[in-house]
Amino acid sequence: MTWNDVVFLLPEIIISIGASLLLLAPVVGWRQRETSAKWSMLILLGITALTVIGCSYWVQEIPQSRSLAGMFALDGFAIFFKLIFITAIAMITLLSDDFLRESRYSVWEYYSLLGFALCGMMFMVSGMSLISIYIGLELMSLSSYILAGFFKNEEKSTEAAMKYFVLGAVSSGILLYGISLIYGVCGSLNLLDIGRALSTIITNDALMFGVMLLGAGLCFKMAAVPFHVWTPDVYEGAPTPITAFLSTASKAAAFSIFARIFYLALHDFQLDWSNVLATISALSMVLGNLAAITQDNVKRMLAYSSIAHAGYALLGIISLNSLGLRGVLIYSLVYVFANLGIWATVLMLRRHEYGGERVDDFEGLSRRAPFWAFAMVIFLLSLGGIPPTAGFIGKYFLFAAAIQAGFGWLAILAVLMSAVSMFYYLRLVVAMYLREGREADVAITRPLQIVAATCLIITLLLGIYPTPLINQATESSRWIGARAAIIPHAGR
Amino acid sequence: MIPTHWFLILSAILFAIGVCGVLTRKNGITIFMSIELMVNAVNLTFLAYARQFHQIHGLIFVFFVMAIAAAEAAVGLAIFISLFHHRATIDVDEANLMRW
Repeated sequence: MTWNDVVFLLPEIIISIGASLLLLAPVVGWRQRETSAKWSMLILLGITALTVIGCSYWVQEIPQSRSLAGMFALDGFAIFFKLIFITAIAMITLLSDDFLRESRYSVWEYYSLLGFALCGMMFMVSGMSLISIYIGLELMSLSSYILAGFFKNEEKSTEAAMKYFVLGAVSSGILLYGISLIYGVCGSLNLLDIGRALSTIITNDALMFGVMLLGAGLCFKMAAVPFHVWTPDVYEGAPTPITAFLSTASKAAAFSIFARIFYLALHDFQLDWSNVLATISALSMVLGNLAAITQDNVKRMLAYSSIAHAGYALLGIISLNSLGLRGVLIYSLVYVFANLGIWATVLMLRRHEYGGERVDDFEGLSRRAPFWAFAMVIFLLSLGGIPPTAGFIGKYFLFAAAIQAGFGWLAILAVLMSAVSMFYYLRLVVAMYLREGREADVAITRPLQIVAATCLIITLLLGIYPTPLINQATESSRWIGARAAIIPHAGR
Repeated sequence: MIPTHWFLILSAILFAIGVCGVLTRKNGITIFMSIELMVNAVNLTFLAYARQFHQIHGLIFVFFVMAIAAAEAAVGLAIFISLFHHRATIDVDEANLMRW
């Protein structure tokens, strides 16, 4: 453990110390100071973000494979995702503000758990060894189980936590068995060593089984069919800001780790895993989008939509080329911000007798809050991948990657399913613009406005002028791309 | 010395028993015990391989898995207690407020 190793870990060290301090604050008599909790969390996230950026300049000189005995990398890919996670958690902190004020639960513990979940995600996305990846994944998952059941006096929240916990723990066990078999075949837990070992192994049943189990565990985390059954119930039952967390930051973390493991360790795996994943991707897109059509609860609808989006993201992982890797980066960012914007709008409707969770609640929103109704339309178009928004850029990269890798049929299916998804996204638009609304105000508070406006600016700006994002994604994917023997090239 | 594959067969059997327990049992605690069995079967696999390779990585992983399993137990039992407050039962089939 040298000073360089500490620098690699500095953002994680800061966030874990900070989250522990948040947990201690009620002990020293700050339990009632709810506003300070929010500000402490935001300041902590700001410091962490600055540290990530500072460290990224510091570590450029150090060979990544030597950091912490090769267990941890702070490459462009990790930094890109860490900044997405921190921004998303900051927005979720803002979304949680009013929501928590109405409840009687301790806000300090809530923010502390969000901090630990963030620490887990940041640790996981930097993981170069299956040990560090597993630990990060579990830290994120355990925090998420508690957060899903945070409103423990509400039966739905507790039930959601129970379902999430049981299925999550089983999937962790399956993932772990996969890791142990891969370790047994390759003799190492380091991703690069596994990649090297796999390039010499032709076929092996234990390896095949191990990769399948590992893939199943990861598919659970990103809610791909057939490992999606928990998603609608957990999304519906969890407190709405936590649903926002699960469907954005947590999901982007699953995309990132899936991409890292498959690009770095399993790129030479000559068995037909890409066909299996292609089937999972196709099933996720079809089932997610078709099931979303019939939902009347917005949270459940977005849950099925997020299952479909896991299918799209898988395109970038299956294709194993530079376009696909950049596609995963771009798509994660675009998806996170469009989704956070939608959750901000859903929360604006929430503070009324009828909840804001049903599609009917959006009726007449265009008259009650014209600007935010317009913002909602932009977010929905972005999720659907319609051109002037950022969602188009993300889908363009993923679909192009799939075509380049010879999965033309999958790209065609993805385009068709995007069209289907517009059907239920437009249901909300129709409700907002063409239906008479009820005579009720919307609770547009300042934090919700900030989140929705930021997401709107990002979604529109990157849709109209995506060059900086594309260049950044090319730059960020360079280190992994070089090791996965796919060379990112400029432009297309 | 006992061959490695004997350990692997034993751990595969234990893992399969764990999976069967999760799939067939209704009581939350029994499901949880089955999950622990799965995790411990994995530990056995790691130890068997670590012994075969004369490596320390597998052994270290087992320690981390044990620590995480303990944390998981704390979270899981807390969630089941919370559920028991609402329902006076931890039968997972009774948790049907939302459609499965």
